[in-house]
Amino acid sequence: MTVLSTPTGGLTRIARDAGSLAWRNLLNIRRTPGSLLASIVQPVMFVVLLAYVFGGSLGGPAYREYILAGIFVQTVTFNASFTTIGLANDLQKGLVDRFRALPMSRLAVILGRTSSDLTTSVLSLLVTTVCGLAIGWRIRGSVLDAVAAYLLVLLFAFAMSWVGAYIGLVAPSVEVAQSLGLIWLFPVTFISTNFASVVAMPEPLGSIAAWSPISAVSTSVRHLFGNPAPGGLPQPEGWPAQHAPLYAVLCCIGLIAVFMTLAVHRYRRVASR
Amino acid sequence: MTAHVRIEGLHKSFGSKPALRGVDLAMRGGEVFALLGRNGAGKTTTVRILTTLLRPDSGQVFVAGHDVLRAPDRARSAIGVSGQYAAVDEKLTGFENLYLVARLYGMRRARAADRTRELLARFHLDTVMHNRAGSYSGGMRRRLDLAGALIAEPSLVVLDEPTTGLDPQSRQNTWALVRDLAGKGTTVLLTTQYLEEADQLADRIAVLEDGAVVAEGTADELKRMVGGERIELVLTEARDIPAAEQILAEIGDTVPHVDESARRLELRTESGQIALADVVARLNMRAIPVLDLGLRRATLDDVFLALTEEPAAKEVPA
Repeated sequence: MTVLSTPTGGLTRIARDAGSLAWRNLLNIRRTPGSLLASIVQPVMFVVLLAYVFGGSLGGPAYREYILAGIFVQTVTFNASFTTIGLANDLQKGLVDRFRALPMSRLAVILGRTSSDLTTSVLSLLVTTVCGLAIGWRIRGSVLDAVAAYLLVLLFAFAMSWVGAYIGLVAPSVEVAQSLGLIWLFPVTFISTNFASVVAMPEPLGSIAAWSPISAVSTSVRHLFGNPAPGGLPQPEGWPAQHAPLYAVLCCIGLIAVFMTLAVHRYRRVASR
Repeated sequence: MTAHVRIEGLHKSFGSKPALRGVDLAMRGGEVFALLGRNGAGKTTTVRILTTLLRPDSGQVFVAGHDVLRAPDRARSAIGVSGQYAAVDEKLTGFENLYLVARLYGMRRARAADRTRELLARFHLDTVMHNRAGSYSGGMRRRLDLAGALIAEPSLVVLDEPTTGLDPQSRQNTWALVRDLAGKGTTVLLTTQYLEEADQLADRIAVLEDGAVVAEGTADELKRMVGGERIELVLTEARDIPAAEQILAEIGDTVPHVDESARRLELRTESGQIALADVVARLNMRAIPVLDLGLRRATLDDVFLALTEEPAAKEVPA
C-alpha cells in the first residue's frame, strides 16, 4: 500500500502523528464531558431494556446472564457512531483540509480518531460491567479468561470504529452522518446470537446471524466469562460457533484491513464541506 | 531564472461544469503574486490543487522543484496554507492548536513548543494563548490560522482570501504581514477579489475569469493595458446628460461611459490635461453646470471591468 511508502508514511511517523491527533481528540472529550453521556447512558439503557423488558418472558435470571455478553458487544458497536460523527465534524469545520495540507501521514487522522474512541469504549465496558453485576451477572471463568474477553471486545470495538470512520468520510454532511452512523447498528447488532437464538430465526436471517462477526465475538465472550446459554436458547452448531474465538479474531482483523484501506482511500479524495 | 511555483495546463471539471480551463502560472521565488477574480472564477480551485487538496483532471504543478501531484508530501513541507475560513479547533486553546500543527509538520516537542510561543507573540495572541479558540474573535482566529501556515517556515505561503470579512484594522495588519514575509524572501500567493489589495501588495497579478487567466502582469502593466487616463464628470442636472455626452464624444478616442442614475460620465483619453481643458471650455460655452470634474489614472477596477465584462457589453473603440 502506498500509505507506507511515502516519506511521511514510516510506522513511527504514523504512530507519532496519530498520537498527536489522539491527544487532541482526548482534550476535546475532556472539555465536552457531555459527549460522554451517551456512552454511559447507552449500556445502562440496554441492560435495563433487554434484561427486564424481554428478560421476564425469555427466562429471567438465566436470560439476563446470557445477554450480558451481547450487551458488551452491542455497546462498543454503537460507539462506532462516535467515530462517524467525530470525523464528519472535523470535515465540516475544515480541520480535515488543514490536516490534509500538512506533510503528515494519511492514515494518522483516522487512526488518531479510532484510537481515542477506544477510551470511550473502555468507559462503556466499565459501566456495562457495573450494570451487569447489579442484575446478577457474574464472571464465572478465570481471571485470565476474563481479561481475554475484555481484550476481544476492545479489539472488536476498534474494528467497528474503522467501519464508523469510513461512514463518517462518505457521509455528505454531519446531519447525514448522524443518521447513517446509527441506522446500520440496529440490524447488525440484533441479527446475531446477542439476544436471541439463531436456531429460532427464519432463513436467511438464521444463517446471517450464525456467520455474523458479532455472534462470534459475543459467543466467545460468553464462554470466556463462563456464562451458560439457557436451555430455551438453542445455540447454532456450525463452524463459526465451534471456532468462535478464532473466527472472531479473524473477523476483526479482516474488518480492520478492509475498512482501513477504504477509509484511507476515501480520505485522500474527500472534499471539505 | 527558475520559477518557484510552476502551474501548467491545469484543467478541472466538477461533473460537467468546467472550473479551470487551462491555467498556466509561474511565480518567482520571493515575489507576492495575486490571483484576482470574482467568486467562482476558479481561484479557490487553483489554490486547492496547488496545496494538494484536489487533483486536477490534467496539468502539472511544481513547488520548489517538487512535483505536487507525484510527490505531494515533499511539496506539502514547502507550503503553508491559510484558508478563507479559519480552520481552528474551538475546544483547544490557541497554544494547543498551534502546537498540534507544529507537531504534525514533524517538529520535535521542544522545538514545536518554542515555535508556537514565538508565533503566538508575533501574532499578538500570547496574552490569550491559554484561552480556548472558541472564545476568540473572527480576526483572532484568522491570525491563529495564519500562524499555523507560517510555523514551519515554508518557502511558499498560500493565502486564500486572507482579508475577506476582516475589519479595516485587521486588514492593514494582514497586509503588513504579507509585506514582512515578502521582505524575508518568502513567496506569497494570495487570492483576492479586492483590487486594492492586489494593487497594494502584489508584485504581479493574474486575473482569473471563468477558469482561465485573462491577463497577467504588474499592476502598472495591467493598467497600461486598458490605456491612459479617465476624465470623470458629474453633472448637476440630469437633463444635461445628452449634451455632455456629445461633448465628450467629440473630444475622446473612445465612446464615453454614461451612468444615468449618478449623472456621471467617464471618458478614456490618452491626452489627459489637454483633453480636460477642452472639456471645461466646451462645458462653459454651453453653460452646463458641473458638480465634479477631474482627471484620474486608470485603476485596476478599469482593468477588471474591461477584462471581465460580458462580451456583448464590451467597450467598442471608436
